[in-house]
Amino acid sequence: MYVISRRIGFYALTAIAAVTVTFFIPRVMPGNPVSAVLAKMQGTVVTKQTLAALQAEFGSDTREGLVGQYLHYWNDILHGNLGISTSNGMVPVTTVIRGALPWTLGLVGTATVISFILGTLLGILVAWRRGSWLDTLLPATTFFQAAPYFFLAFLAIDLFAIRLGWFPAVGARNTLDFPAFDWTYASDVLDHAILPALTIVVASAAGWIVGMRNVMITTMDEDYVLIAQAKGLPKRRVIWYAARNAILPSISGFSLAIGFVVSGALLTEIVFSYPGLGFILLSAVQEADYALLQGIFLVITMAVLIANLAADFVYVYLDPRTRQEA
Amino acid sequence: MAIGSGTDLDDAQAADLLELYPNAPASRRRLRLPRSPKVIIGLALLIGFGVLAVIGPWIAPYNPAQTFSTTASFPQPPSAAHLLGTTQQQQDVLSQLLAGGRSTILVAFVAGLIATVLSVIVGVTAGYAGGLGDDLLSMLANFFLILPALPLLIVIFGFLPPSQGGDDVLIGLIIAVTGWAFGARVLRAQTLSLRTRDYVESARIVGERGWRIISFEILPNLIPILASSFLFTVLYGVGTYTALAFLGLVNPNHVSWGGMLFYAQVAGAEQSGYWWLFLPPGLAVALLGTSLALLNFSIDEFINPRLRAAGLSRRRARRAGVTETARPPRRFVLGVTPVLRSVPPAGDDGRPR
Repeated sequence: MYVISRRIGFYALTAIAAVTVTFFIPRVMPGNPVSAVLAKMQGTVVTKQTLAALQAEFGSDTREGLVGQYLHYWNDILHGNLGISTSNGMVPVTTVIRGALPWTLGLVGTATVISFILGTLLGILVAWRRGSWLDTLLPATTFFQAAPYFFLAFLAIDLFAIRLGWFPAVGARNTLDFPAFDWTYASDVLDHAILPALTIVVASAAGWIVGMRNVMITTMDEDYVLIAQAKGLPKRRVIWYAARNAILPSISGFSLAIGFVVSGALLTEIVFSYPGLGFILLSAVQEADYALLQGIFLVITMAVLIANLAADFVYVYLDPRTRQEA
Repeated sequence: MAIGSGTDLDDAQAADLLELYPNAPASRRRLRLPRSPKVIIGLALLIGFGVLAVIGPWIAPYNPAQTFSTTASFPQPPSAAHLLGTTQQQQDVLSQLLAGGRSTILVAFVAGLIATVLSVIVGVTAGYAGGLGDDLLSMLANFFLILPALPLLIVIFGFLPPSQGGDDVLIGLIIAVTGWAFGARVLRAQTLSLRTRDYVESARIVGERGWRIISFEILPNLIPILASSFLFTVLYGVGTYTALAFLGLVNPNHVSWGGMLFYAQVAGAEQSGYWWLFLPPGLAVALLGTSLALLNFSIDEFINPRLRAAGLSRRRARRAGVTETARPPRRFVLGVTPVLRSVPPAGDDGRPR
C-alpha cells in the first residue's frame, strides 16, 4: 500500500539518520572514549600497541579516516555488534542491553497501554459531561503531567513503600537467580512493577485526556452526532459514534507521546532501581561507558520507530480515507 | 473556590497578556482571552516564578553552597534556623530552593526562545515555499520529532565535560535543538492554510516580496500559535533540564532544582523519609510546569472558542447563550483556524453576536 510504504521509507531513513547521529556525536563532542578508558587505567604503562588496540576497539582508528570509520561502524551494527561495555567487565553491549530490555518493555509497554486506554476513556467522559465537576479533573491531571516523573516516583516510594509499606521500594524481584516460572515468581514481579507502572500511568494519562477531550468536543458539534441524537439513539451509541472519529488524532499524535513516555519511564526506572534500560543508562553515564550509552540510545530509537510504525498501521486500518488516497 | 469566582482579568494581568500579542491591532486590545481561573492562576504563578528567578539568589538566607555542620552526617529536618532543613552536605535547603530557580527558569526560557525561532524559520518557510523544500524541511522536523529527545540529550551531555555542563545558555541551546520540531509542524500546517487566503494572494499580486508577505501578512496571524508553541517548549525545557540535572549530567556545583533532586537521590531521600530534600524542588518544578500548561490551555481556548464554552458551568453557559441546541457558530476548525480574523464586535461573553 502506498501510504504504508511511504511511512516505512521514512522510518528507514530516520533509522539511518539516527545511526549517523550516534556515530558523529562522540566525534564532535570533546569527551573521548579512549581517554576515558586510559583514565581508568592510571598507573599501568600504556604502550603504542595498547593505544592502537583501544582505538580500533572504539572505532576511532585514526588510520582508517572518517569515511572508513563510518563504514566500519555500519558494518558492526549490521552484524549486531554495538561494541564492548567498559563498566560491565568488558562484556558486549548487546549482552548488557539484552538483560535489561525485557524489564523495560514489560513495564513501559503495559503502562503505556493502560494509560492510553484510561486517558482516552476519561477524555471522552470529560468532553461528554463538559461543564460538570469532571472539568476540575483537568487542572489536577495537568499538575501530575507537569511534575517530573521522577518526582512522582519519589512521592510514591515515600508514601506507599516506606510509610505504608504496601509495595517494595526498589528492584524488579526479590530473588536474584531465575527460579521456575511459577505463581510466586509472577506475583513477586507484579508486586514490584505496580508502583513504577502507577507512576508512569498517572504522569502520562493527562496528555491523552486533554487531547481526546479537545477533539471530542469539536467532533460533538458535527452534523452526524446531532442526527444520531435527533434519531433518539441511546446515549451510549451516540458517544460511540463521536468517540471513534475523535480518537484518530490521538493515534496519529502517538509519535510525540511515546517519546515522552519512554523518556519519563527511563527516569522512573532510575528512582525505583528497576533493572531496565534507564537503570543501565544511568550507570553508563556515571561510568563514562560511551559504547553502552550509544547502544542504549540506538535500541530506544529503534523501539520508538517500531512503535510508531505500529501506530501507523492501526491508523491506516481505522481511517479508510488514508487508504483511498493511493 | 475564591479565585474561581473572580472571572475578570484586572488591568495589570491584561497588560501582561498583551505582551504575548504585541502585534494585535488596537481594536483588538479589548482582550478576548477566556476569563477563566486557568489564566489567572497560570499567570500569577508564572509572574511569581519570574520574580523568583530575578531576586531568588538575593533573598536566600544563606549561601546555598555553605556547609553548616561538619559533625552531622544526616540531613537535618526543618528547624527555626533552617526552615526547610539541610541536605546531606549540611547546606540550607531553602537557600538552594530560592537560588536554584534562576538557572531552571533561565535554561527553560532560553530553550523556548531559540526553539521558537528555529520552528518559525523551518515551519513557516516550509509552509510558504511548498514543493521540494517543504518536503525536505518537513522530513527534518519529523525526524527530530520522532527521535527520543531525552536519551539523545543524555548521550550528548554524557560526552560533554562537566566544566562545560554548567553554562545555562549552552544547555538551553542544546535542549532547543531537540525541542523545536513540534512547533515547526504546527506552524507549517497553519502557514499552509494562510498561504492561499485572499489577502496573501493579493499581496503577492501587488508584487510584495516573499519575506515581506511572511513577516507582515502571515506572521502576525501566527502569534497565538507561536505563543502556544513557545510555552510548550518552555515547559519541555523545564522538564528536560530538570531531568538532565537529576541524572547528574549538569555541573553538580551549579545550583538548580534538578540538581537538588539529584542530591536527594544520592542521599537516598525517598528511602529514608527525608521529604524536605525532594518535596520542595519537585513541587517548584511541578508548579512552574502547571502554570505554563494552564496558560497553554487558555491559548488553545482562544484559538478554538468551542473549547472555551467547555470551561463554563452549565448554568453560566446557558446564561451566556450556549445551550445544547444553540452551540457557538461553527466557523472554526481545530488546528487550522484563522485566529486573528476580523470578527463582529464581541458581546460581553467574549463571543461574537
